[in-house]
Amino acid sequence: MSAQAQRLMSPAASPHVRLVPQAEAASLVQVEGVSLEYATHEHIVRATHRVSFEVRQGERFVLLGPSGCGKSSLLKAIGGFISPSEGRIMLDGVAVHEPGPDRMVVFQEFDQLPPWKTVLDNVMFPLLASRRLARAEARERAADMLTKVGLADFANAYPHTLSGGMKQRVAIARALAMQPKVLLMDEPFAALDALTRRRMQEELLTLWEEAKVTLLFVTHSIEEALVVGDRILLLSPHPGRVRAELNAHQFDLQNLGSPEFQVQAQRIHRLLFDDEART
Amino acid sequence: MSMTIRPEFEQVLEPLSDIRTERSLPLAQRLWQQAIVRKAAIVALLAALWEVAARITDNDLLLPTFSQTTRAFGADLLSGELIGKAGISVALLLQGYLLGAALAFLLTALAVSTRFGRDLLSTLTSMFNPLPAIALLPLALLWFGLGKLSLIFVLVHSVLWPLALATYAGFQGVPETLRMGGRNYGLRGLRYVVLILVPSALPAILSGLRIGWAFAWRTLIAAELFFGASSGKGGLGWYIFQNRNELYTDKVFAGLISVVLIGLLVETLVFDSLERVTVRRWGTQR
Repeated sequence: MSAQAQRLMSPAASPHVRLVPQAEAASLVQVEGVSLEYATHEHIVRATHRVSFEVRQGERFVLLGPSGCGKSSLLKAIGGFISPSEGRIMLDGVAVHEPGPDRMVVFQEFDQLPPWKTVLDNVMFPLLASRRLARAEARERAADMLTKVGLADFANAYPHTLSGGMKQRVAIARALAMQPKVLLMDEPFAALDALTRRRMQEELLTLWEEAKVTLLFVTHSIEEALVVGDRILLLSPHPGRVRAELNAHQFDLQNLGSPEFQVQAQRIHRLLFDDEART
Repeated sequence: MSMTIRPEFEQVLEPLSDIRTERSLPLAQRLWQQAIVRKAAIVALLAALWEVAARITDNDLLLPTFSQTTRAFGADLLSGELIGKAGISVALLLQGYLLGAALAFLLTALAVSTRFGRDLLSTLTSMFNPLPAIALLPLALLWFGLGKLSLIFVLVHSVLWPLALATYAGFQGVPETLRMGGRNYGLRGLRYVVLILVPSALPAILSGLRIGWAFAWRTLIAAELFFGASSGKGGLGWYIFQNRNELYTDKVFAGLISVVLIGLLVETLVFDSLERVTVRRWGTQR
């Protein structure tokens, strides 16, 4: 099934469209036939097999799949932490070889914030470490970003005094302050409770709308994929291969219970579980 | 059992203004919360036990009483003799300690960045860590002569290996997420070690520094018992040795107390304060 055909099949756009006109948007990240492998003591295990996709400028692109489909590995490969055994990854026309501050990563773990730095210092840290800004400017931009995520009052607190949701907000503020070409998020809300998770998804969408950053988001929740993403890449388990690419721009937290939402969610469910039945 | 449906309700919540959210503890409890008060109580108890034991033994040559020792300690403190000796020991100790710490840092920085460095560190530490520093003293005397250099050599040996081991273990315990974060910002080489690994491994490094300090102090006093510090000018170990020869047992005890006191002072003033403003404040150590 071609991408065009799938787009025709998807339900009509809701009033909350956040879609960037597809014809105008330039391609930012190209993943071309990427296979990822990791070595255990006895075996070399293939995490993904010849995965190709393209993320466009300003898109919210979601990698969705069951655990073990290599979605996190793909994100880390784009981040430059793992190099593909086959294929290549291009960012803005340049091949990705190593980690860099143009691709900021927000991890799932709460310990991603250096505990020896206050909240404000944490947000300033990458700006200073990458020598992007001088101290005064970095401080200004970090304070600005903290206000946006609603943590201005906690600028001088240490991370261990914050709740999980607040820590993730700091991590997002830290990443956005860098104004990266693409923001990579590796299941950033997976360790949060359901209510906080819902709030964070809402806030992320608001921040995205302001910053107009390109977002690459990994999740294993169908609902989260539909709410957060405007395009979803579905990966099959062991080794991860592209099962489908779907649209989700018409869904957000307001129409979570709508029939169209349910239809799309069930379709994804079927695509994922048919696979599992076969293997 | 019948199922009756209970009525639902909603209520408007008034802000809580008349309830005190903080209460202060009674004075005695607050005092006992201070570690220094509890530790002082332990020391006082030990001193009392000593006094009783010494009075029962009733032999000044074997076990002078606590009060006699305190008097000897006070007298030599006032005359400046103890302070002078302690000064000589501590100055020497600091030189050896700092040199050893610097070498340990170099060795571990090398160990985290190259595979050869890692093998070098693990081989050297497993060879030399079990070797008592004092056992090297005869050799050091042969190489460096009867003086400061020999002592610094054994001091470095006593600090370097335990500190390098602790630091390296700390580096290996740095969470993967923090490492990836650091690389994400483009940190590499020495900047990566200094900005990510060292602060993250600080609890382990501080405990290594404590252990290194204790080892160095021990080694120094033992080495001084051999021959004093540098020719003619002895430190605390020499003071203890000389007074034992002259059977001033109360002064021997005064020397021992000085060793203990300096250890305690450094523990509480230096290491505890360091911990308070770093790892405890950051919540990485309780």
